Amino acid sequence: MTIVECRNVKKIYRQGEVSVTALDGVDLSIVKGDFMALAGPSGSGKTTLLNMIGGLDSPDGGSILLNGQALEKMKPSQLADMRLHQVGFVFQSYNLIPVLSAVENVEFVMLLQGMPLQERRRKALAILDDVGLAGKYGRRPAELSGGQQQRVAVARAIVGAPAIVLADEPTANLDSASGKDLLKLMQEMNESKKVTFIFSTHDKMVMEYARRLTLIRDGRIVEDRRK
Amino acid sequence: MILKLAWRNIWRNRRRTAVILTAIVIGLWAMVFLSALMRGIADRMVKNAISTMTGHIKIYHAGYRNDPVIENRIENPGEIKNILQSLPAVRQFTSRIRVNAVAANARHSGGVTLVGIHPGREAGISFTGDAVTEGEYLKDEESQGILVGRALLEKYETRIGHKLVLMSRDASGEIASRAFRIRGIYDAELESTERQFVFVNLAAAQEMLGVNGDVTEFSLLIDDYEEAAAVAASVGRRFDGDDLAVYSWKELLPLVVAVLKMYDGFILFWFAAVFIAIAFGLVNTILMAVFERIREFGLMRALGMKPSFVVAEVSAESFFLLFIGTVAGNLLGAASVAALSQRGIDLSAFAKGIEFAGMSRIIFPVLELGDILTADAAVLVLGMAVGLYPAIRAARFSPVEAMVHM
Ligand SMILES: Nc1ncnc2c1ncn2[C@@H]1O[C@H](COP(=O)(O)OP(=O)(O)O)[C@@H](O)[C@H]1O
Ligand SMILES: [Mg+2]
Repeated sequence: MTIVECRNVKKIYRQGEVSVTALDGVDLSIVKGDFMALAGPSGSGKTTLLNMIGGLDSPDGGSILLNGQALEKMKPSQLADMRLHQVGFVFQSYNLIPVLSAVENVEFVMLLQGMPLQERRRKALAILDDVGLAGKYGRRPAELSGGQQQRVAVARAIVGAPAIVLADEPTANLDSASGKDLLKLMQEMNESKKVTFIFSTHDKMVMEYARRLTLIRDGRIVEDRRK
Repeated sequence: MILKLAWRNIWRNRRRTAVILTAIVIGLWAMVFLSALMRGIADRMVKNAISTMTGHIKIYHAGYRNDPVIENRIENPGEIKNILQSLPAVRQFTSRIRVNAVAANARHSGGVTLVGIHPGREAGISFTGDAVTEGEYLKDEESQGILVGRALLEKYETRIGHKLVLMSRDASGEIASRAFRIRGIYDAELESTERQFVFVNLAAAQEMLGVNGDVTEFSLLIDDYEEAAAVAASVGRRFDGDDLAVYSWKELLPLVVAVLKMYDGFILFWFAAVFIAIAFGLVNTILMAVFERIREFGLMRALGMKPSFVVAEVSAESFFLLFIGTVAGNLLGAASVAALSQRGIDLSAFAKGIEFAGMSRIIFPVLELGDILTADAAVLVLGMAVGLYPAIRAARFSPVEAMVHM
């Protein structure tokens, strides 16, 4: 089942006289259960592509279907709704709301989804157990290590049962041991909960974990293979 | 959750929150305290004016107010007295003779207002009852005694037991004069009062002016002085057809009423000035807090939070600051007023200057619920309104812009 379908997606950033072609006709389809690494050097367009797929930004050309719906036709409020229900995000850093505890950060999305308090509390605690943070529920982000913070972010991304989780260089700010742990966790979630992941990276080690490796360079997909 | 977020966010930068809270508290305190002070001044001014021979309601001969001479006197005081006694709205009343006179002794002479009073009845109505600080108050039966103000005593360089001669035009148009002996000295709130009024027994004044049993005015007290106009109108109806005029204190003291109005205006102006200062501080503080957290707002928007939630969250931060500041400011204001309400604020040192404005020497601040509610509503409601500006700014950050901004 196809979850994301990109057709000839283009994005050109203009800053005064200069214009940068960040995406130069991307065709890509992602199916349910994919565990895909979007790999490429810095500036190749990884973040731009993930933002388009996640409905955070709109393309200048082409079309993106998410669960069969064309994102470029949606109004900002519909995009927000779509993000809330269909997409989980893990960013490179500053993923968590500093004044909320780990469990409250995980609950945040379910709160926006309108889930009753008891149910969301129960789910948040369970998912924190799943990502190996049992007992650290009440900690604020500042009281967690970088790896633990990213685990909370993964927990928050998957707890609302989205169609896809987009992780933009989730390990870039972690040491390699924590990075590996995070990837193993995502792998586990992909296998046990059938969560579809795309994660961007320029790190060879990270690419090792992917079951599908998509290489991007200068805004173009140059290689796409399944292991 | 929004309230939880807002509450925790305001305590992230404790120093900034402490600064803005202090500003709001001082602002509220200034509003509450200054308005209480103004009300205290106004209150004293009204009570002073009422107790200085005005009362809540006065009855004159119809011509007396324009031409306060002995010819314009009330010639049937007995009937009026009977009617007044039958009116439940009238708590107390007394009658007087009041004419312009010249007071003279060996050293000085000058104009005064001669007031003939029933010493007993008068005591409960005007300030005279507890104003005598040296010598004694008039007795009902004596005809020789006169009560003078301390300022007059000093001007005439005289003292208790000495003579003072009063001269005035009598009912037949002749100059009547009579010697009195200073029996007591009174202190009044205003020095001008002390120089103006001299008090003798009503019977002595009637005899001197040749107006057997007649008076020139009735002065009435009622239960609530705010009701004076209505009661005056109903008392007036009882005397329809008589050659009498009934006035409430508001008609008798137009200057005082004008000053009261001016005070209302001044209080509102003060509230506006303080509010504007608070509003600037608040907007500035919240804007700073918002711009520090652009990335967080971007994150929340990326996760699917609606702009209206962002507005609500930031507005809740304004609300907490305003609410805490308002409550604390009210308490502080009320405490300051309570602390001063026993002894008042003594302005004797400036008495000469402020007397000009008809103010008392001692001010007792008076809290008025209406003023407090106005101040609170202004700060809370208008404060929330100006707080919308940073809230809307926060909601406008698009997720990507905000996420790029690091
Ligand atoms: N907001 C922006 N304004 C202008 N240029 C941008 C902006 N975002 C990205 N770019 C440019 O687009 C290209 C792709 O950027 P990005 O998607 O961030 O790459 P990656 O995530 O692979 O490092 C780069 O050349 C970058 O400089
Ligand atoms: Mg990037």
